[in-house]
Amino acid sequence: MSTDVTAKTPAPAPPGKSGDAASGGLLQLMLNGLRNNMRQYGMLIALGLIVVLFSVWTDGDLLLPRNVSNLVLQNSHILILAIGMMLVIIAGHIDLSVGSLTAFVGAFAAVLTVQHGVAWPVALVLCLLVGAVAGAAQGFMIAYFGIPSFIVTLAGMLIFRGLTEIFLEGQTLGPFPGGLEKMGNGFLPEAGPDTNYHNITLLLGIVLIVFTVTQEFRDRKRQQEFALEVPPRNLFLLKLVAISAAILVVTMLLASYKGAPIVLIILGALVVGYGYVMRNAVFGRHIYAIGGNLPAAKLSGVKDKRVTFYVFLNMGVLAALAGLVVAARLNAASPKAGLNYELEAIASSFIGGASMSGGVGTVLGAIIGGLVLGVLNNGMNLLSVGTDWQQVIKGIALLVAVGFDVWNKRKSGS
Amino acid sequence: MAGPVLEMRSIVKTFPGVKALSDVTLTVRQGEVHAICGENGAGKSTLMKVLSGVHPHGSYEGEILFQGKPCRFKDIRASEHHGIVIIHQELALVPYLSLAENIFLGNEHATRGFINWNDTLRHATELLRRVGLTDHPETRVADIGVGKQQLVEIAKALSKKVRLLILDEPTAALNDEDSGKLLDLILELKKQGITSIVISHKLGEIRRVADSVTIIRDGRSIETLDVKAPETTEDRIISGMVGRDLDHRFPERTPHRAEEGTAPALEIRDWTVHHPIDQQRKVVDNVSLAVRRGEIVGIAGLMGAGRTELAMSVFGRSYGRYAGGTVLKDGAEIRTKSVAEAIGHGIAYVTEDRKHYGLNLIDTINRNISLTSLGKVARRGVVDEHEERQVAERFRTSMNIKAPTVFEPVGKLSGGNQQKVVLSKWIFAGPDVLILDEPTRGIDVGAKFEIYTVIDQLAAEGRAVVFISSELPELLGMCDRIYTMAAGRLTGEFSRAEASQESLMRQMTKDKEVTR
Repeated sequence: MSTDVTAKTPAPAPPGKSGDAASGGLLQLMLNGLRNNMRQYGMLIALGLIVVLFSVWTDGDLLLPRNVSNLVLQNSHILILAIGMMLVIIAGHIDLSVGSLTAFVGAFAAVLTVQHGVAWPVALVLCLLVGAVAGAAQGFMIAYFGIPSFIVTLAGMLIFRGLTEIFLEGQTLGPFPGGLEKMGNGFLPEAGPDTNYHNITLLLGIVLIVFTVTQEFRDRKRQQEFALEVPPRNLFLLKLVAISAAILVVTMLLASYKGAPIVLIILGALVVGYGYVMRNAVFGRHIYAIGGNLPAAKLSGVKDKRVTFYVFLNMGVLAALAGLVVAARLNAASPKAGLNYELEAIASSFIGGASMSGGVGTVLGAIIGGLVLGVLNNGMNLLSVGTDWQQVIKGIALLVAVGFDVWNKRKSGS
Repeated sequence: MAGPVLEMRSIVKTFPGVKALSDVTLTVRQGEVHAICGENGAGKSTLMKVLSGVHPHGSYEGEILFQGKPCRFKDIRASEHHGIVIIHQELALVPYLSLAENIFLGNEHATRGFINWNDTLRHATELLRRVGLTDHPETRVADIGVGKQQLVEIAKALSKKVRLLILDEPTAALNDEDSGKLLDLILELKKQGITSIVISHKLGEIRRVADSVTIIRDGRSIETLDVKAPETTEDRIISGMVGRDLDHRFPERTPHRAEEGTAPALEIRDWTVHHPIDQQRKVVDNVSLAVRRGEIVGIAGLMGAGRTELAMSVFGRSYGRYAGGTVLKDGAEIRTKSVAEAIGHGIAYVTEDRKHYGLNLIDTINRNISLTSLGKVARRGVVDEHEERQVAERFRTSMNIKAPTVFEPVGKLSGGNQQKVVLSKWIFAGPDVLILDEPTRGIDVGAKFEIYTVIDQLAAEGRAVVFISSELPELLGMCDRIYTMAAGRLTGEFSRAEASQESLMRQMTKDKEVTR
């Protein structure tokens, strides 16, 4: 096996083409990058546009520190679900049960802590476990039994909704003990001198910037060690400045109110973690492979059934987490909680660049899609648009986003 | 016999980049059974698509005269209107509708949009009887066998007042008994005055039903022979089919000498596979073969010979139902029940259908190459993207994959470059045995040579190569030894010196009856 035909041709170090090109057209390079990643940047630009529009229409209320904080709190559960849903959709499936499952887990948490006085950390673990079991059960039927995911999760949607009502006997149950409630409404604790800003949040933001910048530099160095072509230096620096500025702005906004919500920290960890898994882990690659071309993945030795099973198990855990967050925020478990969450999570994924046929999408895309919906929600609330029209507008947004994607693909494809 | 019912004159059909038909002339007399014969990819099916209007008038050059009048069909309906009906190899029946509903699909017995069931059933029963079926017309298509389904297709054709019936490899999916019935029916219809064109490469079959045979090779009609004439022997037909020159260029290759004493790298013994649905049918029938390190062994066979099915079922039981046989690697029996096990034992299978089974077209070159062996660029489940990219860059250079970067989606590459990506992927897996299934299908001559060079190199490095191909010159140019397959059986084994296009084709066109 040691003989590899590639081994006898030593990797030629690409000549310093990158450096020369840079001086010529930085703008050109950026435009090229933009054109090649229309999918990714298109939605980011759309999100920016929506933010600007609503800021103007609300006379800047949208970007008030208090409102930004609210925006995060109000949409965190959808964003958590959207991450899991993105994985499910990339694998070529769908999950309709997550809304009911969030309600069910919320109810379970309430029964444990409120009725039986179970300590909240124990309840938390048990709830995540229940989510895992629910996800695993559905995943087993889909992967190993071969029932289509649409059917299994449609059944799950009915079953978990029914169980929620049975559990709660039709009543709303609350309030939660302090620790759990913090998960939905709490902010990072404060320390240090009074600076008009939330110190810990500022510190966290700075740490994040330093971490990102060093990581990017290390990455660039490793690429050069492998004799790979790297983007020109000034473009690289520009990218770093842009990322740092974005983190700084959000940090300042949050720090000038009560600081970073705890949910945001959870969410941030999920985005980074899942983003890394989808991009760099063997498991993530296998999800893309089975969604992109199942027969080819099978013939490449990918254990497609096992991957599908874990994707649904994971969705169950994230649905449980979302259920805890939303129950904690409302500080009560209600039989009607989580209504239509599955649809919002699915819409977020598709707005964020997923494809019906699977194989395409990123975790960041799901977040951007979720934020588009979130900002629309929040902005329209500020403008006192009724929920009736809100639904119409969100529906149109979904159509426009996916329509643009289809149009863009057809243009470049044929 | 009567004059010509159909004349196709100097038909030329080009697809982007390929000339599928460069000059075909076909004359079919009234009331005869006319066979069309040729290798895979010779242009038989394209010709029939031109005739039936699948490729509409204007998309080809040349002239078609049916019953003396020039025809310009714009679609299938137009040709059916004139009584020309084509029955494709893949049956076009709706499995969950009844026989009667299928027979009259698109042509229903109805008044003002409502189906007249009495008429439908009566007429259907009549048509079914004509093709020798006694099944009730309300039986679902899914509940009858493939052989009967083929007959239902013919009943459907009869309902359209067929004058010229075209059958594209009608017996390819049938067992001996069903094939016999079908051939009898073609002769019966001939008595009723229906002219048929039968595409086939089973010479025994052609001798049994056909009156004349037209041979097509590389998009040209070579000759038309009278089957009943004494000088038209099977050898005569074969020499017409294979008359192609060895004009492809192949890398210089010193033939491998099998070392006695060492066990073959891969040995397959008594391998039998049943069709995944029709379990009576043996798709691979008791095949045994072996390949040694450093050796390139060809498997020659025509469509439906069972070559791909053999390879895929050995490679992790990826096709059909296993019904017996063992696989030995370096003399020891191994388990290859799953693809992962097969890969683990150092076997690689490069599929004939790279778009559907070989590549994730929407993903990038680097990720496609690394997919089978992510473990080699990953530590504890985490892929090192830079190492992965470096590997891909190395293959891009060594295999001469023409793409701006390794981050290009493979769907955007040309066929030849896609094939190089598939090969890279499996070479990166580091196998001892490579099974290459039609590795040069649909790619241009330049890329073919590059791929031949790679294959040659793989063998020179001491790997065992199984080379499945329908192109005989390619096998003769590359292989140390060649097996032939027909109808699921191994029908011959030739050393490089013994093999010729004629000798191979003779074994490839053997019907089951002849081999017994």
